[in-house]
Amino acid sequence: MDNKVIKVRNLVKRFGKFVANDNLTFDVHEGEIFGFLGANGAGKTTAIRILSGLLEPTSGEVIVAGFNAGRESEQIKKNIGYMCQKFSLYEDLTVKENITLYGGIYGLKTSVIRNRIHELLEKLHFREYENRLISALPLGLRQKLAFSVAVLHEPKIVFLDEPTGGVDPITRRQFWEMIYETAAKGITVFVTTHYMDEAEYCDRISIMSEGKIVALDTPENLKKQFNAGTVEEVFIKIARPNISPIHNS
Amino acid sequence: MRTILYLIRKEFIQIFRNKFISKAIFAVPIVQMLLLVPAITFEIKNVRLAIIDKDMTPESRGLISKLEGSTFFKISYSTFSEDEANNLLHGNKCNIILHIPSGFGKDIVNRNPGKLLATVDAINASTAQLSWAYLNGVIRDYNKDLITENISTGTMTPFPVIQITNRYWYNEMLNYKYYMLPGILVILVTAIGFLLAGLNMVREKESGTIEQINVTPVRKYHFIIAKMVPFLLIGLVDLALGLVIGKLAFNIPFAGSIFIMFLGATIFLIAVLGLALFISTFSDTQQQYMFVAFFCMIIFILMSGIFTPFESMPMWAQDFNLINPVAYLIRINRMVMLKGSTIQDISHDLSALVLIAICFTTLAVRRYRKRA
Repeated sequence: MDNKVIKVRNLVKRFGKFVANDNLTFDVHEGEIFGFLGANGAGKTTAIRILSGLLEPTSGEVIVAGFNAGRESEQIKKNIGYMCQKFSLYEDLTVKENITLYGGIYGLKTSVIRNRIHELLEKLHFREYENRLISALPLGLRQKLAFSVAVLHEPKIVFLDEPTGGVDPITRRQFWEMIYETAAKGITVFVTTHYMDEAEYCDRISIMSEGKIVALDTPENLKKQFNAGTVEEVFIKIARPNISPIHNS
Repeated sequence: MRTILYLIRKEFIQIFRNKFISKAIFAVPIVQMLLLVPAITFEIKNVRLAIIDKDMTPESRGLISKLEGSTFFKISYSTFSEDEANNLLHGNKCNIILHIPSGFGKDIVNRNPGKLLATVDAINASTAQLSWAYLNGVIRDYNKDLITENISTGTMTPFPVIQITNRYWYNEMLNYKYYMLPGILVILVTAIGFLLAGLNMVREKESGTIEQINVTPVRKYHFIIAKMVPFLLIGLVDLALGLVIGKLAFNIPFAGSIFIMFLGATIFLIAVLGLALFISTFSDTQQQYMFVAFFCMIIFILMSGIFTPFESMPMWAQDFNLINPVAYLIRINRMVMLKGSTIQDISHDLSALVLIAICFTTLAVRRYRKRA
């Protein structure tokens, strides 16, 4: 049985002359936590947006949850959850209203939505926030909520684009606990980050640099391969030769 | 279908949670109706005259008192100096200079045609023509008086004159409020449709929330419809509010069917909302959107025939109005409100509006991209 939920072959994405994704080839297996690492501007966000059907690939084959990202992006959207770098819940809606909206969009039954809201609020100790506007929530809570909404409909895969940006270490830890719980349910987690400590939590990681995947393996293997103590060292060893001086144009 | 309901509910919550918008939605029609309807009028009253009477005869004085008696004119100055009169016109102290040359009275007594000269300030061409026409009327009247006087004294043989009597139908008193109000209602509905929905859409782009929607399996037309419905309903509520104010404050007649009027407004709003959302698809910021939308709105309103008669526009302008929803609704509203026109009477305008609504909405749905 083929347990590859994401299959990418020779993915290229160009914006004019700029090549954001340069011939990416990789697979993601069902139920794994797949880390997508790279410096800012390495092409992570472009890749994740292509995988989740928000951006059209220039060329190459991208299969997500069994559907082709070029032709069947709307089919993909039924099977994935997505949480992006920029916080995207409605700030002028309450916690409950946001959950209800997305539950409704994903076609969950009213009773199911009601139960999910209840479960979620209990789990996150969010009870008192139920009728609070999102704009009144601290960032950490918002991110946790956004993640919960992204997996509300129990998708096959959830894409997280720098989900913990700007969040305090304790909340980051709690966030990763949520990621583990989600993966334990069999949901594949595809996460981009530039926190190297977070990379250690992933089953496998790929490191991107200037649009290319320069390394892809488990954190342990990579550390062995590069003779490094931490993923951070691996990253620096890989990235250093390619670091170009800062241009002030 | 359920998805649309969830989305519509979200829009309504957001609209009414915004304290400013939720109040403005109801305040705008009230202010607009109470302010614009009585303010916009083409009637001319109190045209200021400067009179140069170099004749000083009973005949010239008769004409002056005739002018004084008219409600249109106010004799602001009397002078013997041409220069002074010219300065008055130049300084905007009067609108017309009426020159009565010496010999005017003598000519009339001798049965020669009397000669007058009027100098009219024509900065505003239509005001100039109208006040000239009024002046002409008064002078014609005076002329008639002279003739009847002469007939009664037996010095002149009666001359057959063609008598024409007119009646103004649908607005007997030529009340400008009745004429303007249906148009002002359209402006009101246009503003609601054009500005609110488009801005709402662009705001979602700015805040990034649209991306979260785009990554869901929501259908494009679901999202567009959900953006249209709340503003469609708000537009209709505002129209009703405007009508109530028209009735209470101006006692506007309503000859036709309210249903037809709301039918027209519904189709119109769909057209305008479709266009607004279409424009919003290629605006990245609210500023960009406002600029384009405002521009479109001004063009639509000024070309619609609300202020200037549609029929006197050049052909190309009339052709433009074939795709101008505002022009159609103004015509429909005036016909329905003042004439009591039926569906058959306005079927042509109504079907054109339906076509425009379908086109604009289709454009909006097609142009809206869930994927870059």
